Amino acid sequence: MLVYLVKRVLYAIPIALAVGFVCFMLVQIAPGDPINAIVPPDAPQEVVEQVRRDYGLDKPLPVQFALWLGKVVQGDLGRSLATGRPVWGDLSSAIGNTLTLALAASLIGFVLGCVLGGLAGTFRGSILDRVATTFAVAGVSVPHYWLGMVLVVVFAVQLPWLPAMGAGPGGSADWVWDWAHIQHLVLPAITLSVIPMGIVTRTVRGIIAEIMNQEFVVALRGKGLTRFAIFLHVVKNAAPNALAVMGLQLGYLMGGSILVETVFSWPGTGLLLNSAIFQRDMPVLQGTILVLAMFFVALNLFVDLIQTTLDPRIKRA
Amino acid sequence: MSTSTAAAAELAIQAAQAHARSEGYWGGVWKRLKRDPVTIACALVLLLMLLAIVFAPLVAPADPFQGSMIRRLRPIGTENHPLGTDELGRDMLTRLIYGGRLSWYMGIVPVALAFVIGTVLGVLAGFAGGKVNMLIMRVTDVFYAFPSVLLAVAISGALGAGITNAILALTLVFVPQIIRVAESVTTGVRNLDFVDAARASGASAFTIVRVHVLGNVLGPIFVYATSLISVCMILASGLSFLGLGTRPPEPEWGLMLNTLRTAIYVQPWVAVLPGACIFVTSICFNLVSDGLRAAMDVKG
Repeated sequence: MLVYLVKRVLYAIPIALAVGFVCFMLVQIAPGDPINAIVPPDAPQEVVEQVRRDYGLDKPLPVQFALWLGKVVQGDLGRSLATGRPVWGDLSSAIGNTLTLALAASLIGFVLGCVLGGLAGTFRGSILDRVATTFAVAGVSVPHYWLGMVLVVVFAVQLPWLPAMGAGPGGSADWVWDWAHIQHLVLPAITLSVIPMGIVTRTVRGIIAEIMNQEFVVALRGKGLTRFAIFLHVVKNAAPNALAVMGLQLGYLMGGSILVETVFSWPGTGLLLNSAIFQRDMPVLQGTILVLAMFFVALNLFVDLIQTTLDPRIKRA
Repeated sequence: MSTSTAAAAELAIQAAQAHARSEGYWGGVWKRLKRDPVTIACALVLLLMLLAIVFAPLVAPADPFQGSMIRRLRPIGTENHPLGTDELGRDMLTRLIYGGRLSWYMGIVPVALAFVIGTVLGVLAGFAGGKVNMLIMRVTDVFYAFPSVLLAVAISGALGAGITNAILALTLVFVPQIIRVAESVTTGVRNLDFVDAARASGASAFTIVRVHVLGNVLGPIFVYATSLISVCMILASGLSFLGLGTRPPEPEWGLMLNTLRTAIYVQPWVAVLPGACIFVTSICFNLVSDGLRAAMDVKG
C-alpha cells in the first residue's frame, strides 16, 4: 500500500504541472497580444517593448512557460492591471472568505445529504425514500444562482430577517466569527449547499442500498443483532466511498461558488474572478484560477490517500 | 475500474437477452418507459416547451424586443401582460418563450458536440488500449483536475463574452467526462468473448468497432450524455448570468435573470420567473434521463 501512496503523490506532480500549463495558456488564448495582460493599453510604445523584453515575451512559448512557472512557484502571480497591487495579496483574503462559505455550505449539504441518503437507502421504496429522492433531484437540477435570488426575495425582502448582500456589516470584507457576520453567511451557505446535498443524498442512498443487499447483513440479522448494531456495520462499509464523494464536493464548491458569490456580493474568489473578467484583468483571472485548480488537485490527492488508508481493499489501477 | 468492467459485461449480456425476446431491445425499452408516469409527464412538458419555442412567433402574444417606458415592471396578472413586464417594459411571457430558444440551444449543442467528440476519443482509447489509451486518458485527467464551473468560467472568461465562446467552453467541459464513460464501457466490451470470436473469424478492427462495440456502448454513453443536458443548461445560463454568454437585448433565461436582479425589490416574482423556467427544464431533463437509464437498464 505504501508503494501505491507514494505513486499517487508522484502522479500528482505531472497533473499539477499540466494544470499550470492550462492556466498559462488562458492568457495565450485570450484575444489580442498577451502583452496587454501586463501593461495598460495606453502605455507608450517604448515601455511596451521594454516590458516585452523584461517578461521574456519575445521568447518562444516553452521558455515563457518555464519563466512564468519559476515566478509562480515563488508565489509571484504578477500584478493586477486594475489596481496595480500584487495578485496574491487580494487573492489570499478572498480565498479565506470562499473557504468559509464553502465549509459552511458543505456542512449543511453533507449532514442533510447523509441523513436523507441514509434513510432513503435503508427504507427503500418507502414514502421517506420518495421524499429524499425528490429532494435530491431538485437539489441537482436547481440553478443555484436563481435559488439565491428566491431566498433573498423571501428572507431579505418580504421578511426582513437576514441581510441580502456582503459578508459583514457595512460591507466589510474581513471575516470574524460573530453573530453579525454569521447572519450574512446563512443565505449564501444554504444556496450553495443544495448541489452537494443532492449529490451526497443520491450517492449515500446508492451505497447504503447496495450494502444492505449483501449477505453479511443477512448474517448479522440472523445472528440476532439489533437494528442499531447492524446500522453501525453498514456505516463502516459505506464511509470510505461516501467520504471520497464529499471530499470532491468541497472542491467543487470552492471552484463553483462564483455564481453564488455574484448573487450575494460575497467578497471571495468568485467575486474577484467576476470583476477580473469584466476589467479584462488577465493576471487576476489567471492567478485565481491557478490557485483554485491547485487546491482541487491537492484535495483530490488527499481524498485518494485517505480513501486508500481507510479501505485498503480498494483496488487501484 | 473492475466494477465498471463487470457492469459493462452484465450490460452486454442483458442487451443480448433483450434481443432474444420477440419484441426486440427497443420494444422492451419503450414498454418499460410507458409504465413510468413520471418520465412520460416530464417528456410531455419538454415537448410542449420545445413546440412553444420552435413556434415562438405564432405562440408569443407580443414582440420580444418592443418595450414601453411607461409600462415597466408590471406585476403578474396585468392586462395584456399575463406574466408582467420586464425592466424595459417588454412582455415577460413573450420574452420567456423566445428566451427558451437560446437557453435550449446552449444547453443541448455543447452536450451533442461533446457526445460526438467524446465517444470517438473514448472508444478509440478503450479499444486501442496501450499508448493511445494512456495519451487520451492522461490529457482527460488534466481537465478533470478543474471543477467544471471553474473551467467553463476560465475558458469563456479568457476568450471573452459571446455565444460561440460559451459553447466552446462548455463543450470542453463535457468532452473529458464523456471520454471517461466511453472508455470505461468500451474496455468492458472489448474483453468479451464475442469480440474475440469476431477477431478470430477475421473481422477487421473497423468492423469490430462498428458492429460489435458501438452497438453495445452507445446506449450507456447516450444515457450519460442526456444526464449532462440539465447541468449544461444550468451552466450555460450561469455564464449568461455572469455576462459571459448571450448579449442584451437578446432574450435568454440566464441573462434575463441577471438584468432583472435589481428589480427584486420592485417586482420580486416577475424577476425570478426566468430562473423558474431553467429549473423546470433542467428537472424534466434530469427525470427523463433517469427514466431512460432505468428503461434501458444502464447501470451506474
